[in-house]
Amino acid sequence: MAGQDEGPAGETPGSGQTHSLPGATFLPFGFAIGVALILIGVVVSWPVFWIGCAVAVLFGLLWVADVVRGGRLPAPRPRPAHDDDDGERFGRDKFLEMSTLGIGALIGGAVTAPVVGFAIAPTFIGQGDDDVDLGPIENYPEGEFRVVTFMSKPEQGQVSTRTVFIRNNGFADGTPSFTIISNRCVHLGCPTQPGGPTSADEAVEVETSSGTVRLIPTLPASFVCPCHGGSYDIEGNRTAGPPVRALDRYTFKIADGNLVLGERYSVGTVEGTGASARIAAYDVYDPGQHVDGPTQWMYPLTPNMGR
Amino acid sequence: MGAPYRRRHARRRQAEAAMLAPVNWVEERSGLVGGIRYFLFRNVPSDISWAQTLGSAALTAFIVQAVTGVILAMYYKPDPDKAYESIQFITNELTWGWLVRGMHRWGASVFIILLFLHMGRVFLFGAYKYPRELNWLIGVGLLALGMLEGFTGYLLPWDQTSYWATVVGINIQASGPFVGPFLANVLRGGAEIGSETLARFYAIHMLLIPGGLIGLIGLHLYLVMRLGVTSPPWSRKAAGRKRDPEAETRRQGLVEPRSRRGWRSGR
Repeated sequence: MAGQDEGPAGETPGSGQTHSLPGATFLPFGFAIGVALILIGVVVSWPVFWIGCAVAVLFGLLWVADVVRGGRLPAPRPRPAHDDDDGERFGRDKFLEMSTLGIGALIGGAVTAPVVGFAIAPTFIGQGDDDVDLGPIENYPEGEFRVVTFMSKPEQGQVSTRTVFIRNNGFADGTPSFTIISNRCVHLGCPTQPGGPTSADEAVEVETSSGTVRLIPTLPASFVCPCHGGSYDIEGNRTAGPPVRALDRYTFKIADGNLVLGERYSVGTVEGTGASARIAAYDVYDPGQHVDGPTQWMYPLTPNMGR
Repeated sequence: MGAPYRRRHARRRQAEAAMLAPVNWVEERSGLVGGIRYFLFRNVPSDISWAQTLGSAALTAFIVQAVTGVILAMYYKPDPDKAYESIQFITNELTWGWLVRGMHRWGASVFIILLFLHMGRVFLFGAYKYPRELNWLIGVGLLALGMLEGFTGYLLPWDQTSYWATVVGINIQASGPFVGPFLANVLRGGAEIGSETLARFYAIHMLLIPGGLIGLIGLHLYLVMRLGVTSPPWSRKAAGRKRDPEAETRRQGLVEPRSRRGWRSGR
């Protein structure tokens, strides 16, 4: 490869075919192994991750050094004299050229920035959940699950339809307790179903200030997802399949004797049951995103934090 | 005998000149006709086959998608309350609506299949090698944009299948490390799939990505024109310009077994 980098300095243009292909080197393989170790380490263990980082950086630098020093990059061709370049270039000429380019870039930036901002920013702003009135708490008998369907944003219509599983846990320390589990599977967002008898013909429809709310009695032993077989126990803990955490839950409050749905939040695991359950709660994450364990660092900042 | 023939001959030449007059008018002022002739009637290696037509086939499929898509856009309504009904109207009520929608729907699969076949041909024939690496990269961009067209177009019928497929598809993206959550939000137009999402997918599907596709197709064709068509790997004839003999020797081991070098010595 040594002969390649003799530049075509003294040659006439055209005869110096300088496209050179890299010769065999093992350095890219070392780099690839490092990257593979990083990926394995993220899932398996941190020491492997750091070893991978070191290997990748080492081989990456060696690779770059090899390419630069070993003349693997083609030598730049001598720039042919421009036709209109044969005279002396004056300062004003250069100034006009640069100012034309500069003003063009300025105009481009001034147009692009608001357009891109308009396309992206609104998707992160004002994304909170509205409170939803789910009707009188008498409709939720203690210790029983209801499949409750409602519109989370009535002004958006059908597309905002959401389903939750609600169980009245009775009172804990004198305050009412409800378990409100989102039906969206935390694998990829399909609707989970109660694993048990569901009495659709005993459905009750309640008119509330948030529109029509539909309650269906059910006796679940689990919640199961039809898409890829994710299974959860009745507290929402994952028992089988691909989900990465427990089912999301909602906060609630009682207003004028009505159950009012608050904000959704994500759950790592739930210990215990009912009113005495200990819930590892996190900000709301999208399905498929880890909230605990080392893999949570792959999702350091999710949009809409603190909504 | 001779006179009628000459008369007919003269008349034909007159008619030809009259027909060609507008073409010549355009050519004289733009050079476009010559450019198109240069593009369409290039020399190609004599031993190419039907396999080299897959790219043109994919281009044809894209043109079919573009034309049928423009016509469907005249009737489709990207509104959560109306999208499903407008699709039903196109399919069941409009004259030939079923045909144009069917062409667009099945043509989408045809387009993707042809992209893969074309890519496979280029790979197996080694046509991605120097100096055509850049065109391979542009082709990868075209494949990615084509898949995105499929993904965004799938939501537009706005039925249960398309809704839940999009939920799953966006959440797959959301589970990508680091940037996944951001991209998912941008794609959804918010934290949840809602009324914003459909209009956004429609704009991406019919304006944003087709623009990118057309630009990349232009670049792709420019490079095909500039670099020419490759001979098949078994060809005994050389394609294209002569190369640097030193580089040729270096490449020998990659392009073909050294034992076949004798074949090319006559070049």
